[in-house]
Amino acid sequence: MSASSQPHKRSRWRLEGRALVGVPMVLLFLFLALVGPWLAPYAPRAIDLAHELEGPSLRHWLGTADNGVDVLSVLLTGARTAGLVGVSTVLISFVLGSALGSISGYAGGRTDLILARVTDAVAAMPSLVINVALLALIARPGFGHMIAALSATGWVTYARVSRAEVLRLREREFVTAARALGASPSRVLLLHVLPNAMGPLIVQATFGLGGAVLAEASLSFLGLGPGAGASWGALLDQGTAYLLRAPRLAMIAGVAIAMTVLGFNLTGDWLRDALDPKESSD
Amino acid sequence: MRYFGYLSRRLVGGLLTVLAVISVCFLVLEALPGDPTDMILGETATDQDRVQLRRMLRLDQPFSTRYAQFLLDIVVPARGMGHSLRQPTRSAWSMIVEAWPDTVALALGAGLVAWTLAIPLALIAATRPRTKTDAVVGVVSMLGVAIPSLWLGPLLILAFCVALPWLPFPGPDARGLPALILPSLTLGVGMAGILTRMGRVALRETLREPFIQAARARGLSEPAVLIKHALRAAMVPLLTAGGAQLSSLLGGAIITEKIFDRPGLGTLLLQSLTTRDLPVVLACVVVIAITAVFVQLLVDVAYVLVDPRIRLA
Repeated sequence: MSASSQPHKRSRWRLEGRALVGVPMVLLFLFLALVGPWLAPYAPRAIDLAHELEGPSLRHWLGTADNGVDVLSVLLTGARTAGLVGVSTVLISFVLGSALGSISGYAGGRTDLILARVTDAVAAMPSLVINVALLALIARPGFGHMIAALSATGWVTYARVSRAEVLRLREREFVTAARALGASPSRVLLLHVLPNAMGPLIVQATFGLGGAVLAEASLSFLGLGPGAGASWGALLDQGTAYLLRAPRLAMIAGVAIAMTVLGFNLTGDWLRDALDPKESSD
Repeated sequence: MRYFGYLSRRLVGGLLTVLAVISVCFLVLEALPGDPTDMILGETATDQDRVQLRRMLRLDQPFSTRYAQFLLDIVVPARGMGHSLRQPTRSAWSMIVEAWPDTVALALGAGLVAWTLAIPLALIAATRPRTKTDAVVGVVSMLGVAIPSLWLGPLLILAFCVALPWLPFPGPDARGLPALILPSLTLGVGMAGILTRMGRVALRETLREPFIQAARARGLSEPAVLIKHALRAAMVPLLTAGGAQLSSLLGGAIITEKIFDRPGLGTLLLQSLTTRDLPVVLACVVVIAITAVFVQLLVDVAYVLVDPRIRLA
């Protein structure tokens, strides 16, 4: 059914529009997340009441926010916050989710039934609501709390993808062969099944990074962000409060968030088609 | 009869999910380090206040009693899901009932935006594969998915309340239908993007199926083939996506309500968070959990109605 009417001649890794736009956006974001705080001209909380909510100038290239805080510095330091929370959340969710999902798919039976039920239950809930509820119960949420809360809902997609992949691969000849040679279940799973399930999981992780950056911004926007450091979401929160006086703030924070999410989505889309031409959406 | 069995199994499963969610909330609350009275009252509270609050939160009773009472608060209507700590005369339920209609109106508006944008766009793109139109729909729907409501909301306010003052500026005075337009767009555009992308793929696959050729061979007009046959079959994956989206719509409502300064469940949740009104927080989460599970149930029921090929498992 998915057989295309036209033969697939071009190379899988052709650098097309999506990749040419998306990959540089992702690289720029990762670069800023690494070095942003060192490039920032001011501390992200340096107060300068005489220059509150000013427009762009030579001293403050993107102007100032509430309390005269330099917007460029908030933007650069906020990239670190988004990157740190995004990458850690995806790493934890990836490992936890694919472990649970592949165990569930490989073991089958009652284990599978219970794990799949739990996955469905978490997936049925709006993740933002769970995140808000978890963070709200903590008096002063920090980076660790936010990463934990986001991972508590984030593992579900990786569990689903890896379970489906393991179910698909479980009965293949090379797996049967490995089992016939006396390999233990964990060895079969780790050395034979999981490496072949990596493609879809990596695609999922790419989308997941965009999702985690957005979730961090959303939670910070709602005032549940880590107290230390700066956040794009918190800048956007200020931006909506000063929408008439300084529309610049909401626009700068919004563009940063939107570009990052778009970059990861475009890259993920491109990766999915490159890794699995069958599901090509064009 | 088989249908009834299927429904009751699904219902029991849904109730178990709700029970799991509220139990987890309760357990997290229990497992938190430190004295909850510190968190609610602050460290300067008098001992008398503390004792009173401990009694209200039933902290003077054993764990099992607390859990049972907590469940009874939710199940027994007269208990109204517990009492607000900040407004002791009001039950959490009455506060939710007050906030509920605003959130429902917002969610309905967003759903309307999403489906009325997605279906025509998907039909246009799917019937013109590999053309400029198809590509444009692809890019537009990708942007719809990627633009966070966090940014779209302020952007729409600046465009249609400030630059072109056609709609009321958000605030407590902005009520009625005109004030609902921008929040619905903000919340609905992302869902529209996802549904368009799914619909385009699903419709194109459906259009290759033999039953479409059969319908054409019977002399049906092209619109009839598209809408009566192709769209109906493509509705199954679309309903799946839409159902999953409805649940995240509830989360998105928190953001949208904050951007547009609207009352609603999300605003109530945030307010009770900042005032540490735990019974109201828990009640909000429970109501949202029940809604999410119920919506999922409706989607599952709708499958069977839309596609007679689906067997009841």
